[in-house]
Amino acid sequence: MTTIAETPTSTRRPARRSRGRWFAQVGWRHLVGVLAVVFSLFPILFVISAAFNPLGTLSSTELLPTGASLENFTNLFDNTAFGHWFLNSLLLAGVASFASIFLSSLAAYAFSRMRFAGRRVGLLALLLIQMFPQFLAIVAIFLIFTTLTDLYPAIGFNTPWGLFLLYMGGALGANTWLMKGFFDTLPKELDESATMDGASHVQVFFRIMLPLVAPILAVTGLLAFIGSINEFIIANVFLTEPESKTLAVGMYGLVAGERNNNFGMFAAGTLLTAIPTVLVFQLLQRYIVSGLTSGAVKG
Amino acid sequence: MSAPVSGPGSAPQAPGREPVRRGLPRMSRTARQHAPITATGLVVKVVLLGLVAGIAIWAAFPLIEAEHWLALGVLAVTTAGLFYLYLSRRHIPAKYLVPGTLFLIAFQVFPVLYTASTAFTNFGDGHRGSKDDAIVAVQTASVKQVPGSTEYNLTIATTGDPATGSLTFLLSDPKSKEVFAGDADGLRKLDAADVEVSSLSGKITAADGYTLLNIGQASSRSDAITALIVPTDDGAIRSNGLTRAYEGKAIRAYDAACDCVKDSETGKTWTADEDSGSFVAADGERLAQGWKVGVGLKNFATVLTDRNISGPFFGTLAWNFAFAIGSTGLTFLLGMAIALALHSPRMRGTNLYRMVLILPYAMPSFAMLLIWRDMFNTDFGLLNNLFGLDVDWFGGNWSARIAVVLVQLWLGYPYMFLVATGALQAIPRELTEATSVDGASPWQSFRAVTLPLLLVALSPLLIASFAFNFNNVNAILFTTEGGPFAPDNPTNGATDLLITYTYRLAFGAQGAEFGLAATVSIFIFAIVATVSAISFRRTRKQEEVYS
Repeated sequence: MTTIAETPTSTRRPARRSRGRWFAQVGWRHLVGVLAVVFSLFPILFVISAAFNPLGTLSSTELLPTGASLENFTNLFDNTAFGHWFLNSLLLAGVASFASIFLSSLAAYAFSRMRFAGRRVGLLALLLIQMFPQFLAIVAIFLIFTTLTDLYPAIGFNTPWGLFLLYMGGALGANTWLMKGFFDTLPKELDESATMDGASHVQVFFRIMLPLVAPILAVTGLLAFIGSINEFIIANVFLTEPESKTLAVGMYGLVAGERNNNFGMFAAGTLLTAIPTVLVFQLLQRYIVSGLTSGAVKG
Repeated sequence: MSAPVSGPGSAPQAPGREPVRRGLPRMSRTARQHAPITATGLVVKVVLLGLVAGIAIWAAFPLIEAEHWLALGVLAVTTAGLFYLYLSRRHIPAKYLVPGTLFLIAFQVFPVLYTASTAFTNFGDGHRGSKDDAIVAVQTASVKQVPGSTEYNLTIATTGDPATGSLTFLLSDPKSKEVFAGDADGLRKLDAADVEVSSLSGKITAADGYTLLNIGQASSRSDAITALIVPTDDGAIRSNGLTRAYEGKAIRAYDAACDCVKDSETGKTWTADEDSGSFVAADGERLAQGWKVGVGLKNFATVLTDRNISGPFFGTLAWNFAFAIGSTGLTFLLGMAIALALHSPRMRGTNLYRMVLILPYAMPSFAMLLIWRDMFNTDFGLLNNLFGLDVDWFGGNWSARIAVVLVQLWLGYPYMFLVATGALQAIPRELTEATSVDGASPWQSFRAVTLPLLLVALSPLLIASFAFNFNNVNAILFTTEGGPFAPDNPTNGATDLLITYTYRLAFGAQGAEFGLAATVSIFIFAIVATVSAISFRRTRKQEEVYS
């Protein structure tokens, strides 16, 4: 990757020559970086501009902010159940990602460290099930939950718990392979020596394996968190009452009908939704780089 | 890159581990030898099993009440199985696998199998229930007011909450002064002492045990009131507005002798056709109310041969591949190019670049898709304003396709940038230095060393990304919604993926065709599974070659 020696050095004066060399070696890299930053940022800049736009319509929004008004934010909280949506989404995505990571790490531990009849078949079955477009099962899911709602209103439609159970159904399929890859990278000698010292399989799992893969668990958890925040199709069928909706369902409703007029409120909601994910992302990005590639190679 | 990673974990052939692979005995042996029972472990086990028992009992009562004996049996067996599993010392792998598997079976495998099984039926609008349901539906739908029908004064009431409780018709016969209560189960006579009847309007104004709905509450539930039909001996009672009801006669009736439905006014008959699950008249007319029957492989044949479906199907399939490959390939190329540009020991500020560059990936994608949709807006969208264009982005086939892929590029390239950076950092510098010592140009060294190693490390991610994009519903649903549509075919648009096309088949405005939709989803499943299987094989081979 070092393109040092071959640069044409036809310039006469040393100062210009070194600037030319600087550009050939490093400068063009900054140019690419800046262009990429512009590409990454301009839609986000547009969102910020729309969120603080006092008129709050799409047609009056420019790329650069034209005003600084908090009206869109206050409207969002006064006119919609945004607070509810936000809390619903955080609660649902938080609990669901935590629980699904736990469930799949249990399974991944068994698949990685134990040998038993049906292990290969099990792994293969997980891979296959994951490839069936789950949301097409939504008719069946709807019928199942119509019955469940009659029997147990506490986990039926319009409750976060019913949706939580449903997301748990996808827990194994989504993450077990990735996690098994992480567990496989840990030397087997570690848990074997612990077993020799008298640790039970539970102790090996909780005291040795989990702490070692903790950063990677955090990354997978973050991806699962973002996944459930963005999940729309199933949640849209499931949650119909205004106060039970998640962010994706509620905010979609905001711009589904009144596109132009609610745009400012929608942009304000987008910014608020982004705060938690962007923060955690910046904290964990280092682990994402190493974690995803190492786990994926084994996947 | 992959060499150190695949080292220790993936060495099942290590000689010392041979006996381990022979099956169960190893784990059960260790369990017998060691597994000291700690106090915490015991407490946790008791608490968790107690929780399981508590949930099982909580879940059992409604099942007993509703007399779902099969479900109760499944619940009992599952609970007993859990107790056995966690109290015994054997079956250690199962202890780790069962929690997730239970959820998997209940909420994913079962719905998926159910859906797949509907591919062999005509399940859909007009073919939802059993034949008996269809007969009842045919008869009640044909109830008509005939001369001499009894008329009633109607009051809407409920035994529950006015906004959600199930509805009851309180009826008073103005001639005989008798009062009745009727719901979907039938009509019963009320004791005149329990109700108050207004002498002015003849309507019931109070009744023991019922909450009466006022006009506002009633009109907000007018759909439910229109739909409520009270079956009686001679026909059924239906509402006529919110204050009147009549007892009409069912004009069509099922006759078991000829297995047909007869219309008593016109004398026309519709004979039951068990193959298509509907009542068909001699002239080919079908009644809208049918029932669910198995149709074998007919849906599969329809997808492959019906011009209206197979034409769009293969066109959509081609675009679906183009979209998935295009999105994955372009995000990878752009992400990798930027990662390569920023990957240099002389670069300053790479962390700053990285922090900003991953922002698109960290933003909530559902919201950003909708924002992009509005940025492509023809009249006041940002892109047209900014560049002084007047393009109807989502109006033309190709501009819509380009727009959709562009949005995916923006959303997806930071991820590829991140993982490519990670993979680049793991490539030993000596390798690239060795090539430049040997006189290779930077491009040659990239082609011969860096790219193959990158591909080995990233191809599983690329396959996963392909599989994800192949079924990326949000990308289409939130932007073009499948459009633009050809004027002669409103069911299939230029940017439709198979999955959004199927979604429209299953839930679209033309009436639900769940059976056909399930068939298409089986095709989708087969395609994605085949492509993934082939590419997984290829990556295996690659890994052997390069590492």
